[in-house]
Amino acid sequence: MSADRQMNTGPDEGHYNFAYLDEQTKRMIRRAILKGIAVPGYQVPFASREMPMPYGWGTGGVQVTAAILGADDRLKVIDQGSDDTTNAVSIRNFFEKTAGVATTTRTEDATVIQTRHRIPEAPLSEEQVLVYQVPIPEPLRFLEPRETETRKMHALAEYGLMHVKLYEDIARNGHIATTYAYPVEVNDRYVMDPSPTPKFDNPKMHEMAALQLFGAGREKRIYALPPYTKVKSLDFDDHPFEVQHFDRPCGLCGAELVYLDEVILDDKGGRMFVCSDSDFCEDRRARGHVGDMAADPAAASLTGSASTSARTPE
Amino acid sequence: MTSSALPDRAEAQAAAATADEPLLKVSGVTRYYGDRIGCTDISFDLWPGEVLAIVGESGSGKTTLLNCLSTRLAPTAGAIEYRMRDGAMRNLYQLTEAERRLLMRTDWGFVHQNPAEGLRMTVSAGANVGERLMAVGNRHYGNIRDTATSWLERVEIAADRIDDQPRAFSGGMRQRLQIARNLVTHPRLVFMDEPTGGLDVSVQARLLDMLRRLVADLGLSVIIVTHDLAVARLLSHRIVVMRHGRIIETGLTDQVLDDPREPYSQLLVSSILQA
Repeated sequence: MSADRQMNTGPDEGHYNFAYLDEQTKRMIRRAILKGIAVPGYQVPFASREMPMPYGWGTGGVQVTAAILGADDRLKVIDQGSDDTTNAVSIRNFFEKTAGVATTTRTEDATVIQTRHRIPEAPLSEEQVLVYQVPIPEPLRFLEPRETETRKMHALAEYGLMHVKLYEDIARNGHIATTYAYPVEVNDRYVMDPSPTPKFDNPKMHEMAALQLFGAGREKRIYALPPYTKVKSLDFDDHPFEVQHFDRPCGLCGAELVYLDEVILDDKGGRMFVCSDSDFCEDRRARGHVGDMAADPAAASLTGSASTSARTPE
Repeated sequence: MTSSALPDRAEAQAAAATADEPLLKVSGVTRYYGDRIGCTDISFDLWPGEVLAIVGESGSGKTTLLNCLSTRLAPTAGAIEYRMRDGAMRNLYQLTEAERRLLMRTDWGFVHQNPAEGLRMTVSAGANVGERLMAVGNRHYGNIRDTATSWLERVEIAADRIDDQPRAFSGGMRQRLQIARNLVTHPRLVFMDEPTGGLDVSVQARLLDMLRRLVADLGLSVIIVTHDLAVARLLSHRIVVMRHGRIIETGLTDQVLDDPREPYSQLLVSSILQA
């Protein structure tokens, strides 16, 4: 697909190569992706390139997306569940310009979804690929700073240390207080950092129909979950894994059992909770669902534009 | 891995009591650093329940030998065999790396001179003690915490310090925590590198007292490296004197300390200040 595109553009210097990266680089990244798919959860080193954006803005995800994108793909980019925040808009514009692919905000229309910190609420299909932007791919890093040692621990499946972290959580807070980047065991083998998604999304990774790819640009690692892979969140027998619960539905669309963002409305304590997945929320409102605060004048500013929300830190 | 990697005390003690074979067999261990000798031609047997002290002055090869024995440093020549829990003698350097690492965190302990090397300074005392349990597959928070609490008490650390980080502990407490962390999986063999180094005399005395009790209670085999002959006299059954990388004298502790044969041993013993 990308070859056709190249022939169309030719050697004209005014154009980018299809999807920005040169073909050799894409080949190298595709090899890393294939290896990652072959060994689910294993972090494959790759020769990460400089991208025209700072580290931490999704350079890993962008490289993975560039390597798998074809001319007939439809791309969706989300940041914290939202299609219209800076990171999402910039990356979408980047691929519109460098690959000329169609883009969309609708989850079910997209063939490739690049995401930062969320998995869409709507179930994904076998025809879709989910690309995660990962800041720190090594789940053991904060407990074991030596890379040589963490690699050895992965190789020998020595994961006791991961439970030390969970133990500390319970000892300090009475429950497992890790709410994002919650470690998972993949395919009964590798322990993996699911990138800083809220742990609410961990169950969605389990046996997902779509291919999931993870790119960490600064740390130069790619890992993957093939479709229908077993993903188990780590826990203790007497402190089982639980996702966050919200005691109210979305203020705009009334959805329950979805991940909500808290939005501060004024400086007098006014606040509302809305879906973090903006496309999911819009879709529900279009189908006539109404939340209890949808009529609120403050909500009007939210329905059209980005939500400024309480965020999980990076 | 399951918790069955930990046999209960009775079984371990029974194995120790019926032992008529050495636990550790060291033959001709030599380690060169380039052309220089670290230690050379070291041979001895360690029996179950025995405490062996390796003494000698700085640079005599004590620590090199200890590192060779504990698989932290591969010897240039020689063999070290260890009797595994199933009774079979295995050459340590022919084990796979996974087996060696499992051995190190279940059947063995290593007490460093500086507790910061043996502890995780940024996690709580309870997690430090519980780490080995979690490493062998224990997944019940309540049980891990109960075990940690009882071990802290055994090493004379108040149970209400369980959630404090070792950074908040004194030197003596850190050393005791390090010992608890090593003993929690009921190891059969513990290596100690100057465990009382850097502690003041009264803290040393208390630590030695506690170590002596634990070693007797648990039937531990210990290899302890020290330059402090008083420590060797208090803890050990047998002494190996090293000089220039070689063993120059070996024997029962009181025999070597009271009636040293080699001129160098005589010098070493006579250099202790008589109180």
